[in-house]
Amino acid sequence: MLNQDAKLAENIFADDVPQAPTRDGFGKGTVEAGKADTRVVVLCADLAESTRAEWFQKEFPERYVEMGVAEQNMAAVAAGMAEAGKIPFIASYAAFSPGRNYEQIRTSIALNRQPVKVCGMHAGVSVGPDGATHQMLEDIGMMRMLPGMTVIAPGDSEEARKAVVAAAKTDGPVYLRFGRAATPVFTTSETPFQIGKALVLWESEKPQVAILSTGSLSYAALVAARALAESGIESIVLHVPTIKPLDEAAVLEVAKRAGRVITVEEHQAAGGFGSAVVEFLSEHHPVPVRRLGVQDQFGQSGTPEELLKHYELDALHITEAAHACIHI
Amino acid sequence: MALTDEQTRALEKKAESIRETIIQMLVAAKSGHTAGPLGMADIFTAFYFHILNHDPKDPDRADRDRLILSNGHIVPVRYAAMAHAGYFPVEECLTLRAFDSRLQGHPERLRLPGLETTSGPLGEGLSQAAGMAYSFRMDGAKQRVYCLMSDGEQEAGNTWEAALFAGKNKLHNLTAVMDRNNIQIDGMTEDVMPLEPIADKYRAFNWHVLEVNGHDIPAFISAVEEAKTIYEKPTLIIAHTIPGRGVPEIEFDYHWHGKPPTAEEAKHFLKDIRTMGGKVPHEYA
Repeated sequence: MLNQDAKLAENIFADDVPQAPTRDGFGKGTVEAGKADTRVVVLCADLAESTRAEWFQKEFPERYVEMGVAEQNMAAVAAGMAEAGKIPFIASYAAFSPGRNYEQIRTSIALNRQPVKVCGMHAGVSVGPDGATHQMLEDIGMMRMLPGMTVIAPGDSEEARKAVVAAAKTDGPVYLRFGRAATPVFTTSETPFQIGKALVLWESEKPQVAILSTGSLSYAALVAARALAESGIESIVLHVPTIKPLDEAAVLEVAKRAGRVITVEEHQAAGGFGSAVVEFLSEHHPVPVRRLGVQDQFGQSGTPEELLKHYELDALHITEAAHACIHI
Repeated sequence: MALTDEQTRALEKKAESIRETIIQMLVAAKSGHTAGPLGMADIFTAFYFHILNHDPKDPDRADRDRLILSNGHIVPVRYAAMAHAGYFPVEECLTLRAFDSRLQGHPERLRLPGLETTSGPLGEGLSQAAGMAYSFRMDGAKQRVYCLMSDGEQEAGNTWEAALFAGKNKLHNLTAVMDRNNIQIDGMTEDVMPLEPIADKYRAFNWHVLEVNGHDIPAFISAVEEAKTIYEKPTLIIAHTIPGRGVPEIEFDYHWHGKPPTAEEAKHFLKDIRTMGGKVPHEYA
């Protein structure tokens, strides 16, 4: 059953559940953070409309910096602005930032420990028709390896807004991951959000499997949990928006209770969220884990629905994976 | 204001001491870059002992000028200049590149106050300096930002992204200094990847460009003063320097870009530096 303490949206399983892309949360969140703190600035590499950076630009034109198509410069300029006392958010597609400017992020931001917030939009295959070049599937892995880097993949637009506001108040560098497609808004303004904390979305008394998911696929995990319940299988869904630092206590608890874990992410199965979970559990509480993610492939053009189905990341495949691991 | 002869001689003598310290550091470290640090000793002297508004006893003072070193590999000259300026004891220079030293092989801001940034990977310093200059102007802050970069790193695309950005935004509080010593690890810059006409390239990017003898301290200081009077553009000072300056047997030799002298070589080198008596030979002017 749904965890009442999570204060999720009503009727989230209805066909007409409200949908919005997580990038909208970036737009709202930066405006909110900008109102609260005049040090907040937004830099964007020629993608103001699609990243929603233009929402901040309209509100605070004097604190918006248009960088042109120059992601390397954007990262290092932001490091300089942070050194001069600003709290910079840099916005582009994840394929280019951190895809293209990884070294600048590593040296000028991470090693320099500057409080720059790297915001990667259009992550995952659900970018859709743009195809593989723009469907970033390696960013979580790249960014979670950097010492001192916080990594967050919000579950919906409301949580994305909260994550942006929280990131502005956090010392040090943060990577935030957003999607292009509209996805169900399953959390509310009342839903708890704290960097570094996971959230149980679906609870069972005697769980047979724990589904750990990050990003907007946590909604698919919820749908899978409901389907499993209908077929008599009890599960837990742990939504893990902060991939680093991982909420180890929460991961450990659900792994101990369920004894079996499935991880779900719109990212390469290698190196990302599932790997982070496996790295932790293998040393602290080894249990069977099945990692759902893209299996060492690039994406391709299609609708988000077609692609999530093709790469076996939709609710149906999560349900099947749960059945399979329970019957091993 | 022009320097008096006495001031000039004092600065030249300081540069000589800094060169001596550089040689001693490199011998102690047994690795590191020789040519670039020696070539930039006069310019670092000009910055730390005349140009910068700074306080070695309060390195984080908010209104200080910022000196960004983009080509982090020549950091021995910065460490030596900072030590002589009073940021830390000169003896600490001998810990260069040693385990647990604040004087890392490439500079790290978090380890040593006063470094301003972490650098080494080329092409990023100008971006960071531009970000600082942009922020200071937003805030109406008056300090200036200086960025020292190599000629070799003009081959990096990031440098030109930064040049476009600074030109677009007319960052007049930013002055970049290019160490035009014509060498890089694999050879002469014009063989590895021709840069000329480099001044025209920056002019085309809407920069004010000056060229100066990088070993003529009064001339360099005058160029920095001129940059302060340009309100429409960022300024680039192309400082023509001699790699290995002060040690005739290694001057102009790119093989000395990335290696330190042995203890035996250092004896000759120190003698070369000391016998110059602090004078800049005019034949290189």
